[in-house]
Amino acid sequence: MSKRKSKENCLTHGECISQAQRMLRERFCHQKIPGKPFGVESQHKHLLELLKRTAVHGESNSVLIVGPRGAGKTMLLNCVLNELLEVKHVQENVLQVQLNGLLQTDDRIALKEITRQLHLENVVGDKVFGSFAENLAFLLEALKKGDRSSSRPVVFILDEFDLFAHHKNQTLLYNLFDVSQSAQTPVAVIGLTCRLDVLELLEKRVKSRFSHRQIHLLSSFRFKQYLEIFKMQLSLPEDFTDRRFAEEWNQNIKSLCEDRSVEDVLQKHFCSSKDFRSLHMLLMLALSRVTVSHPAIKPTDLLEASRLCTMDSKANILHGLSVLELCLIIAMKHLSDIYDGEPFNFQMVHNEFQKFIQRKSHSVHNFEKPVVIKAFEHLHQLELIKPMEGPSVRTQKEYQLVKLLLDNSQIMDALQKYPQCPTDVKQWATSAFG
Amino acid sequence: MSRYFTRLKKRRVYSWIGRPSTIDRKLKHVFYEGLCIKTDGNANTGCIRPGHYILIEGDEDRSYVAKLLKLYDDGTGTRSSKHAEVQWFVRFHEVPQNKRKQLGRDPHPNEVFLYEIPNCDSDIDAETIITTVQVQHLEEDSPFPAAQSQENPLYVKLSWDGKNFSPVNLDLLLQSGGKPMLPASSHTDSLPKPDLEVSRGLAVDSPSRPTRSARQQHSSTSKYSQSKELSDRQPSNVISTPTARKKLQLSNSVKPPGSKLTRDDVLAELLDEDRAVSSLEAEVTRRRAVASKPSSSPSKKPRDLCIRLSPIRGGQITQDHQLANRIQIGPRLQPEELVKRTLKRESGAESTEGETPSKRKDSIKKDAPLDILIEDGGEAGGPVVTMTPRSRRKSAQVSSARIRQQLNYLNRNQSTDFDVDDDEEDVFLPTKKDLRSSSEEESESESESESESVTGRRGSRSAVPRTPRSSRKAPSRTPAKTPNKTPRRTPSKTPVPRTPRTPRHATPSIPSRTQPARKPGNVLEEARARLHVSSVPESLPCREQEFQDIFNFVESKVMDGTGGCMYISGVPGTGKTATVHEVIRCLHHAAEQDELPSFCFIEINGMKMTEPHQAYVQILQMLTGQKATAEHAAALLEKRFSTPAPKRETTVLLVDELDLLWTRKQNVMYNLFDWPTHRQAKLVVLAIANTMDLPERIMINRVASRLGLTRMSFQPYSYKQLQQIITSRLNRVRAFEDDALQLVSRKVAALSGDARRCLDICRRATEICEFSSQRSGSGLVAMSHVMEALDEMFSSPYITAIRCASVQEQIFLKAVIAEFRRLGLEEATFQQVFRQHLALCRVEGLSSVCMSEGLATCLRLGACRLLLLESSHRDLHLRVRLNVSQDDVLYALKEG
Repeated sequence: MSKRKSKENCLTHGECISQAQRMLRERFCHQKIPGKPFGVESQHKHLLELLKRTAVHGESNSVLIVGPRGAGKTMLLNCVLNELLEVKHVQENVLQVQLNGLLQTDDRIALKEITRQLHLENVVGDKVFGSFAENLAFLLEALKKGDRSSSRPVVFILDEFDLFAHHKNQTLLYNLFDVSQSAQTPVAVIGLTCRLDVLELLEKRVKSRFSHRQIHLLSSFRFKQYLEIFKMQLSLPEDFTDRRFAEEWNQNIKSLCEDRSVEDVLQKHFCSSKDFRSLHMLLMLALSRVTVSHPAIKPTDLLEASRLCTMDSKANILHGLSVLELCLIIAMKHLSDIYDGEPFNFQMVHNEFQKFIQRKSHSVHNFEKPVVIKAFEHLHQLELIKPMEGPSVRTQKEYQLVKLLLDNSQIMDALQKYPQCPTDVKQWATSAFG
Repeated sequence: MSRYFTRLKKRRVYSWIGRPSTIDRKLKHVFYEGLCIKTDGNANTGCIRPGHYILIEGDEDRSYVAKLLKLYDDGTGTRSSKHAEVQWFVRFHEVPQNKRKQLGRDPHPNEVFLYEIPNCDSDIDAETIITTVQVQHLEEDSPFPAAQSQENPLYVKLSWDGKNFSPVNLDLLLQSGGKPMLPASSHTDSLPKPDLEVSRGLAVDSPSRPTRSARQQHSSTSKYSQSKELSDRQPSNVISTPTARKKLQLSNSVKPPGSKLTRDDVLAELLDEDRAVSSLEAEVTRRRAVASKPSSSPSKKPRDLCIRLSPIRGGQITQDHQLANRIQIGPRLQPEELVKRTLKRESGAESTEGETPSKRKDSIKKDAPLDILIEDGGEAGGPVVTMTPRSRRKSAQVSSARIRQQLNYLNRNQSTDFDVDDDEEDVFLPTKKDLRSSSEEESESESESESESVTGRRGSRSAVPRTPRSSRKAPSRTPAKTPNKTPRRTPSKTPVPRTPRTPRHATPSIPSRTQPARKPGNVLEEARARLHVSSVPESLPCREQEFQDIFNFVESKVMDGTGGCMYISGVPGTGKTATVHEVIRCLHHAAEQDELPSFCFIEINGMKMTEPHQAYVQILQMLTGQKATAEHAAALLEKRFSTPAPKRETTVLLVDELDLLWTRKQNVMYNLFDWPTHRQAKLVVLAIANTMDLPERIMINRVASRLGLTRMSFQPYSYKQLQQIITSRLNRVRAFEDDALQLVSRKVAALSGDARRCLDICRRATEICEFSSQRSGSGLVAMSHVMEALDEMFSSPYITAIRCASVQEQIFLKAVIAEFRRLGLEEATFQQVFRQHLALCRVEGLSSVCMSEGLATCLRLGACRLLLLESSHRDLHLRVRLNVSQDDVLYALKEG
């Protein structure tokens, strides 16, 4: 269809493509979705009502959003918050504090961050950042002074909630939950976590103060809905600048969904994991193949993307090894087979290799020992072998016990695909015992 | 300042004066007329007789004030056989912090209150008496005399009965003392005062003259060692006799705000005053008369003045007229001249009167012949001349610094609403003396603040009572700049800003919302609000017995003025803290109703502090408002609780989450339980923790022993109790079906007996009901809603999670179980499981997956804790365990 277009059109066409790509990439990277999240209406409503009550009635609440990684917890929360903040008087009233267990690794940092986000630090100059104890007292004082009807409600969002439970004494959690259970400043404590057993992490008095509201996001959708999501994710919105382009694009996506091979790819992907993040990765790879000369996603793009996604990383590494290194790997495979997974050291591998050279090999040179050691170390660096932990760490390099991090199937696959692999090496690999 | 009495380092020797007289034969008490105090290394002796006001060794380097009633010897012959019976006075800082606001104004730094709590121990060891002190009674609405020197007398206006401030019943004071309050004359002959420079100007006052001279003799002969108790007394320009001061006040009273008095008016007024002064009424009554004049606060209540004087007020007096007036009056009426002088002194620098300096000089010259004035001028005349606007400005700067200081103080007391009434400001006269002394104080306080800064905040205790005065001084100056004077004001003076900058110790608060929170609209919302754990119920049902026990315990301790510990245990959510709070609320109520001596309540929580030693800091801060480091706070508290203080009210300390105060040496716990054992401490400790056997489990013997055996355990609520709790909370708001309530309470009682849980479930049930009733329309929360809420909260998510997992994840779980069965172990490596996984994939007819994908699947399951994994760097050799039972997995997968 691009052939029919004039030169000027082609330019705008290119612009359209880059614009569409930018829009979709943003969607995939920032986990933004058009419209409401799919299939979680009840959870959405629960959370929205809960936050509304905090914002409007000043009711304190605490809730945990639990779901596996990539199930859309943050997406749901952001969606709810955006919806909430559209209401004007809510927007004026609600304060937000965002914490992440990976960033605020202890309570001291968390408290500073809370103070900063509540803009309380300028009230007292630098004093508040004196000692941890002062900081805590300061913040508690601040929260205590508020009351249900007159203070602005504060929404605490604790991402990676389970990590906060590992803080000393769970002081922060205790205090946040305690505030939420007493007539102080209204707060809503929202924890996001992927651990299903998160409640067991809480100390009993902390647990007692938590309201036990849990919103589970378990991505319970079927493949049909998955296809819908796929279509929704790739579709351009109605208000895209070039309507004709958008229509064409969307039409193409529609036909893509009906394609048999595409469906297969998606089915395989769906089987392996339901999370949105891996789907986004797949789509991103497919999208990046779109150019001016290749203006739409074709089934082959998806196939290629899927191939990239499901590639075995170690098999790829094996393809890049030298024949000597491959020989060492095979020697190690035999050792593992013989000793049933027991660790071995370089000397044993070297002996095995020597045996092979002397008895069977016609094409492989007999390398000097230092050269073999070098190859062995390279394998170590590639993390195809892993030294054993424990007392053997200090022993001489040749006698250090290591384990092979490759499965037999991986080695055999790699050998099949290895370019110009000497046949005697192949034979050696397939033979039962060295 | 005289507030800074340091403990005597040197020994004092006490001996009786006068003949012993026995009143009570049985008691073998021998009463004496006086007590002679002799200090080592000093030849001086001081005599104290009943009726004198005395300072008594107190805790924390501060002395107590009391009036001596009796002196007697109990006949035991031991060192502490000398006893004294006293009528206590309290300083403002001794009043509990939570009651301080009742004063309704800032206290004068030298203000004391008659202590009228009946059962207070008024018998003291006579050997703790330090010295005498001057105490003056003032009428309630009369202003404090201007602070004239460092050696100020103390003032009594109000009495403190533990609950309220009320005006002092003078008769009571008089009878109890047996003598009228003639402070100067009452003490000067008995105890020499160090470095008392008597101003000659006071000699005018005939009643006080003899005593003055006597005092002068004393002071000349015996220089009391200044370094001792009244260390910071300064040789100063004292007008310490009340009469003289009173005259100043009188004179002030005449001063009209805008000097809009006619000459006659002034004259009449002055004559009137003169008569009052010269009348030979008793001093006390005269003082009353002064106090009764509202005009005695000069520059402040212009309206009153105007009203009073309005009949004659014709127009403004011209300056010349006024001057002439002064000249005329001057020779005849000496006090009036004083009046004028003070008038000028007050307003001269501001040039409110519109006088030019030369004119003022002139007037001084005119006054010169009067010897009183010369004498007065010798003392204060210099400053009059030097009192330029500039010096004022300096003091204004100083005062702004003080405002800041004061703000800090206020903030520490958490009274952020710093709003000084104009009426209060009125009390303080911006006399020159005041200003000067303020500048003196300033230099002094500067040096003090240096020493304070060394000790940091903790040393600032002394600053606490000081600051109010300084702050008051600052506003007292501002009224002089009230609009009716502004036209004549010199432009150089700018008003001192009230709040110069944000105080460092402001307690911050969450900003308030723009719209108020919405009130609950319907029955369900109302029920939800009532069911929220935070809502305070009217009563605490089902804890009557526990309530009564704790109540009796605390009440008896407060009544007796003793101390004790109580240990309260119980699982979370059984109402421990709530019950204690309820008890305290009731006791406070009782204390307000005068059924109980007042007490102060302090609460600390082990979870709300970062480490156990912070407990000291928090207790100290709540007790006294001081800030200190943990070690220093511990020392201060130790001192406080081990020194006797008969007037101290009982402290009730609630220690929540006691187990978190555990340290290796357990000294925090030790101290907390050791202090109540001190007789003087009057400390009641209520310790709360979760476990019943905490004392046995974690406490070493000496700590557990001090905790004692007064223990109480809160049992988890039974279902009936839970039901009652919900019903009482709902309080006739009908939102639940009875069956539904019963289900909730039975379920919770079976699980934990945690009332919080119960309330949370009910709250959730109302929400569910609300959503569903939008469709169905039934009003009440029914069984089904409660069931749904229970399911949400208590059902394990594992099975649903397995059912919702992807196909590969499910197969991997199956592979794990298969491998476990094969190995006969509950643990396998990833490599082994993955082989099973590939085999299962083939059986299921799925395309095989590669190792990387398999590992990713495994790690995903690990992240949501369906599997327990080692860290992933072990790769193939990563060990895998199930976090769910095999049966659950199989059950979940079979259905799916």
